[in-house]
Amino acid sequence: MARIAGVDIPNNKRGEIALTYIYGIGRSASQNILKQAGVSFDKKVQDWNDEEQNNIRTVIGDQFKVEGELRSETQLNIKRLMDIGCYRGIRHRLGLPLRGQSTKNNARTRKGRKKTVANKKKVTK
Amino acid sequence: MSRSLKKGPYIHFKLEKKIMDNVESGKKSVIKTWSRASMIAPEFVGQTIAVHNGNKFIPVYVTENMVGHKLGEFSPTRIFRGHAGKKDKGKK
Repeated sequence: MARIAGVDIPNNKRGEIALTYIYGIGRSASQNILKQAGVSFDKKVQDWNDEEQNNIRTVIGDQFKVEGELRSETQLNIKRLMDIGCYRGIRHRLGLPLRGQSTKNNARTRKGRKKTVANKKKVTK
Repeated sequence: MSRSLKKGPYIHFKLEKKIMDNVESGKKSVIKTWSRASMIAPEFVGQTIAVHNGNKFIPVYVTENMVGHKLGEFSPTRIFRGHAGKKDKGKK
């Protein structure tokens, strides 16, 4: 087991996949890192030697913003929007979608689990 | 899709002129505008702009963080007053 970028411990997977367990690294970033570090995509994490591990660490450290640093940056961006009181900031405050999506139905990712509204009276006829 | 860089940011020419007059004379008078699509330029900082929302003018005090946003983002066009029958349950 290797420890890269702080807490993350990718396991006995291929390097290309294992690196994506780090917040802020996806498939393409992971391939980019391995290419620069000169490690094969297919090599499993347990087969990395110390030098390869160090190469990967330095590449990530120099060029990528990952984990806590990245999270705090995103939070700061959101906070900025909320502080200046622009439309996107207001939508963030309300927990609604920001980019003009319909909210009549769906939009559940932003709104969270469905909150059932007490029974609406049926129209009597 | 974002606007072509070649053109530069869009600012309505009359609004720009008024802002420049204000900046040069050091005045801080409120400028009314309907031009919600105009980008906030660095010169706007410290000015108060009344942006129309279709009904009335909403005064916006421009701060440094707002540069690069459009004026309309600060003047909401819809007012959400809550859903029907949410507060007054006992009625009817």
